[in-house]
This record gives sequence, structure tokens and C-alpha cells, in this order.
Amino acid sequence: MSELTANANNLNDHDHHGDAPHEHHYDPEGDKMGMWLFLFTELLLFGIFFIGFAVYLNMYPEDFSRCSKRLDPILGGINTLVLLFSSFTMALAIQQLQKGNKTASQILSFITLICAGVFCLIKKSEWLHKFDGGLFLNSEYLSTLPHGEQIFYGLYFVMTGTHAIHVIIGAILIITTMVFVHFDKVHADRITLIENAGLFWHLVDLIWIFLFPLYYLIG
Amino acid sequence: MSDVASAEQSQHVSFYKETSGIMNWIWTIDHKRIGIMYLTAVTIFFLFAVFLGFCIRMELMDPGVSEFGKMIDGMFGGTDGLQGNTYNRLLTMHGVVMIFLFIIPGIPAVFGNFFLPIMIGADDVALPKLNLLSWYCYVAGAIVALLVLFLGGPDTGWTFYAPYSAQTADTVELALFAAFILGWSSILTGINFIVTIHRLRAPGMGWFDMPLFCWALYASAWMQVIATPVVGITLILLMLDKHLGIGIFDPLKGGDPVLFQHMFWIYSHPAVYIMIVPPMGIVSEIMATFCRRIVFGYKFVAFSSMGIAMIGSLVWAHHMYTAGMADEARIIFSFLTFLVALPSAVKVFNWTATMYKGSISLAPPMIYTLIFMVLFSIGGFTGLVNGALATDVHVHDTFFVVGHFHYVMFGGNGVMFFAGLLYWFPKMFGRMYNFTMIYISSVLFFVGFNMLYGGMKWLGIMGAPRRYWDMPSGNEHYVTWNKISTHGSWLMIAGIAIFFGTLLYALFFGKKATDNPWGSMTFEWKKTKTPPVLLNFDSPPTMTYGPYDYPEKVEK
Repeated sequence: MSELTANANNLNDHDHHGDAPHEHHYDPEGDKMGMWLFLFTELLLFGIFFIGFAVYLNMYPEDFSRCSKRLDPILGGINTLVLLFSSFTMALAIQQLQKGNKTASQILSFITLICAGVFCLIKKSEWLHKFDGGLFLNSEYLSTLPHGEQIFYGLYFVMTGTHAIHVIIGAILIITTMVFVHFDKVHADRITLIENAGLFWHLVDLIWIFLFPLYYLIG
Repeated sequence: MSDVASAEQSQHVSFYKETSGIMNWIWTIDHKRIGIMYLTAVTIFFLFAVFLGFCIRMELMDPGVSEFGKMIDGMFGGTDGLQGNTYNRLLTMHGVVMIFLFIIPGIPAVFGNFFLPIMIGADDVALPKLNLLSWYCYVAGAIVALLVLFLGGPDTGWTFYAPYSAQTADTVELALFAAFILGWSSILTGINFIVTIHRLRAPGMGWFDMPLFCWALYASAWMQVIATPVVGITLILLMLDKHLGIGIFDPLKGGDPVLFQHMFWIYSHPAVYIMIVPPMGIVSEIMATFCRRIVFGYKFVAFSSMGIAMIGSLVWAHHMYTAGMADEARIIFSFLTFLVALPSAVKVFNWTATMYKGSISLAPPMIYTLIFMVLFSIGGFTGLVNGALATDVHVHDTFFVVGHFHYVMFGGNGVMFFAGLLYWFPKMFGRMYNFTMIYISSVLFFVGFNMLYGGMKWLGIMGAPRRYWDMPSGNEHYVTWNKISTHGSWLMIAGIAIFFGTLLYALFFGKKATDNPWGSMTFEWKKTKTPPVLLNFDSPPTMTYGPYDYPEKVEK
């Protein structure tokens, strides 16, 4: 059977072969459109969180405002600046690769990674501070608080936690891109992967820009 | 070049034979192979869930615990029969398997994967690797779902309503997780189809030159992308609520369980349109092919798919009329629900107009499509009883709702899955089946279906509540209709068995099918071989005539 197939392949001058049956054409527009649709699903995913937040903010405005005052807007603000700066470096990294400056692009990607690390460290210290105060999910102390405060902290941990997971996924994506760039699989003429990684990173940044005022500044 | 072409004529190598070996199936990025793998899995899960439904009907046939139930339960080491919690789990798994493993992925993942690229003249979907990933999401979700079943299964019903689902000791979280993964499969398929339709249409094929099945897939793909993430994160929130106590759906912590219902139905109502719009696309294809006519009002049919997608996203709260909402909200949602009947009616009227003065041939796919027309119309009209606020309050949570749901979902999606299978079977497998056997199956199916679900509707009007494993004494008036319903299920299952038996037989022993046995005008019949070659077309096709441009009169 396999011999017969091989013969048939030789007869055809198609671009398909026995071992690598599929050489799909490269369509950067299509890939980018797929990424935008994916980002759209991410927005809807966070959208449900925001709806939940809106519902409970409406039900318990005083509790939410009291809890918000206990979060540190300085740390949150630093994190906002860090992410904004990292979005900037990520955009530059793409631009440099488009111009063919591989090294500059790699350095800028690396700076973006460092920013991701700084963001996570600050987030971790904020969470640990809460944990030390007896504030974590299912804790004794939390269950003694008023309803609105319990919901606030529940949402706080879930929403910032989901966002932090996205920061980590984004960082992994950037590392992957850097490896591909290093081996010249991604370059000026085949730039979709780094562009898509950049799009994802901007989304992570954008979501934080909404999370920050909702949690840190409404008090 | 002409030498090569003639050599190809004599040596047509289908995609089945191009490469062989199990690894070439497991790691394939060929949309046709992925479609065939989906078909196998989806069919097996369907038959399995039919069996679960059969068990439910057997339990409900007579008052008290049934002997049949005791026998089934005995096979798994139980002694009580299918009552109480066992019944609840059975019912939940019937719903979960049917909805998440058969109805939602069924038509888009099987026929969409196999035929969408061919119908628009492409060699594959736009993102083939993503397509494979989506298949493996489906596999992973299916494995988790089966695991749940063997661990006892959840007892919440497929809707997982909080706060009960957050309190029951059963394995709800695994079922939630399975639904979450299956959701990703659905999202990725949706993204893929949207990009494919935007980017890969053949030269000369404008938006309004596409076959209507592609329009239906396009509309449902948008719903998959828009609605599925919502339920995904809602199910995750429910899991977190159950294990980490975030309290968002827990009244003890200040949460609101009705919020879960909202978030659940924001997805799950559009999901019923994800389930029904692709089958409607198949109806258009079959109507045009077997009436030898252009689909009446092509643009209206195309836009009505998009209309259903848009309005269908705004009607979710009609599942919650009795859940304690404000009257204003209930009235608005009731009104919007009536609006969604409009695009559905546009479709049914246009199909009927297509048949008028058409050259109708009653081949098996057409027979099943006509069954769809009848069943879907009955389901649609009884849907208005549910949509209207005043009547819904009375039939809420009765068998009437169950009957309605099965009329539209099984009579809509399931029947068109059968019809699509009959229509495209020769192209997919290169074999033709026995028409007579299919005619016999269609009669059994149609009669059995109406006894089974028509009986349920009547029970509901009489007031029989759903999800009860037995009716307490004093309710003997339900017995007759429960008996009729169960007897109907036997006829229907006999029809389904003959149907799949015939196709299975044809798969191995059927006559070889020609390239275009139905004389259809769309690409998958006109321009490809049977079965198609690996990259679908010998040379990329261009669109020179409309998808339904049949000559004025066709000799039968």
C-alpha cells in the first residue's frame, strides 16, 4: 500500500508529500485575525468578572469603599507604571524586529520580561501582607466580616489572581518568542508570532488599567 | 501538465490513502481527518446518551421502581434500581453528554470541519494546528466527562444551578471542568471558522456567493466565540466558590445565586442557537439540492442566521421567569424572545417557498429534512408558550419544557445531523447506502418521536413536574401518557438503530458512490472527487456561477 502511495506521489507534481502531508501557506493577516478573536474571548471572560463586580458594588457600596481604602494605592500605582512601561518596550521590540535589529529586539523583550517579574513580585508582597493579616479565602477572620467585605475580598483575590496568571502566561509567551527569534524562526519577514505575543501583552496591560482604579481608587 | 492531469484521473488517491498509519491520524492537521475523528466520537457519545435516555424512560413508564432499572443498577453493583439520587445522576449525565459532547460540537465540528473549507474552495481551514488543538480539547473534555460518570456523576442536572451545586457532595467540579475544556474546543473551532471564511474564500466568491451552510457556520461561530468564554469563567467561579469559598454565589457570604443563573444562561441560551443555526444551514443545502432550485430569498436566509445570532444573545433571562426577577425585566425578556421567532420563521417560510414549484426528489436526506420541518415547527410553536410570560409561569419546570426542548434540539439539531450524514455520507466515505432501509427508519423515527416527546408535552400540560423519578400516588392520571411516551421511545430507538446499522453496513459493503450522486451545484460535489484528495482540489477552484444556479428545468 505504501509503495503504491509513493508512486502516486511521484506522478503528481503537487506540493504534498508522504511524510509532510501539509505545507500550509503563510497568512499573517489570518493569524492576526485569529489572535484578535482570541483576545475578544479574553475580554468577555474578564467581562463577566466586571459584571460581578458591578453587581456587588451596587449592592454593598459602603463595604466596597471601606475595603478599597485598605489596599495600597502606591504599590498598585507602581505596578500600573511597570506594566505601562513594559507595554512600551514590547511595542519597541516588535518595531526593532521589523527593522531587522534582532539584538535590540531581544534586549527590549528581555526588559519586558523583567517588568513582568517586578509586577509579580509586588503582587506577591501585597497578597502575603493580606495573608499575614488573616485575610485569605475561607479564613476564620474573613467569615466574621460583613457580607460586602467578604465578597470584595473574594472578587479581589479571584480577579487579581486571574490577571496574575495572565501575566505569567504572557511572560511564557514572550520567552517562547525570544527563543524563536534567537533561532531565526521569527524575523522581519515572518513576524506574526511576536506581534501576537505583543497583542496579548497589551491586553494584560489593558485589563490591569481597569482593575487598578476599580480596586485601589474607588475608596 | 495535461499528462499529469490524466495520470491523476486514472490514479485518484483519496485523503484516506494518501498517508496511512495511526500516527498520521493522531497528528493530522487535515480538516477532513479531524472531521472523521469527530464524527466517530460524536456518534458514539450520541448512542451512549440515547441509552441513558432510554433508561430514564424505562424508569418512568410504570409507577414505582422498575424491574429494568433494578437490572441496570444491579450490573453496577447497586440494589435500589434507578431511583432517587441514581436517577438524578442518570438524568444529569444524559444532559451533559448529549449537550456538551453531541449537540454543540456535532454539526460544526463534523460537517463544518469536513465541508466548510471545501465549500469555499480552500485546501484546509485557516489555522490547521489550532484545529487539531481543538480536537484534543474535545478529547480531554470527553475523558474528564467519562471519568465523572465512573466516579458516580453529578446530580445537579446539566444546568449546575447554585447554591445546590456548591453544596452537594457529588463530583460536580469534574463535570464543570469537563464543560470548561469542551468550551475551549468550541471557542477554537469558532475562531478558526471565522478566520477561514474571511480569508480563504475562492477567487470570485463574494460573501453572497457562499453556500448557506457557510453562512450558518459563520453566525454560529460568532456565537461560540462571544458566549462560550462567559460560561467557561462562570463554571470556574462556581468551582472556586465550592472549594475556596469566594462567596460570589453563596447567600451565606453575601453572594447571589440568581447571578449564577444569569451568567449561566448568558451563554446557554445563545448555545441553543449554536445548536440550531448550523442544522438550519444544512436544511438550506439539502432543500436547494433536492428541489433543484436556488434557495428562495438567499439573502434573507443568510441574514436571518445573523439575526438569530444577535437577538438570541439578548433573551437569556426567559429561562428565569420564576427565579425572582423584576417585572420590567421579565416583560422585556419576553418581548425579545418573541422577536427571535421572526428570523426563525423567515427561514421556515423561505424553505417552504423553495419547495414551491421545485423539482422535488424525495431521496433520504430530503425525507429527514422534511421531518425536521415538521418537528421544528411544532417545537417552535410550543416555544412561544414558553416564551410568553403568562403561560410560561404555568408550564415552568414541567414535562412540557422537556418536550419542547427535545422537539427543537433533537427534532432540529439531531434530525439534521442525520440528514447531513445521509447527504454527505457518499462524499465522506465514497459509498452509497440502501435507500429502503433509511425510509423504514424514518417512519419509525417520526412516529416514535412524536409519541415520545408529544407525550411529554401533554404530560406537562396536565402538570407533571420534570426531574421526578416517580409520581407519588394520587397521580395515576399520568400513567397513560408516560406509557405512550415510553413506547414511542422504543419505536424511535428502533429507527435510530436501523439508521446507523444501514450506514455502518454501507461503510463496508455499500456500492461505490459517484462524484456527484445528488447532482448538486456546490463545490464539494461539483469540483472534488469522492472521497476528496488530500488538498481537496486538483487545482484551486474559482467561482463562476452561484452555489444554487440550477438550470431552469431538470429531467428527473
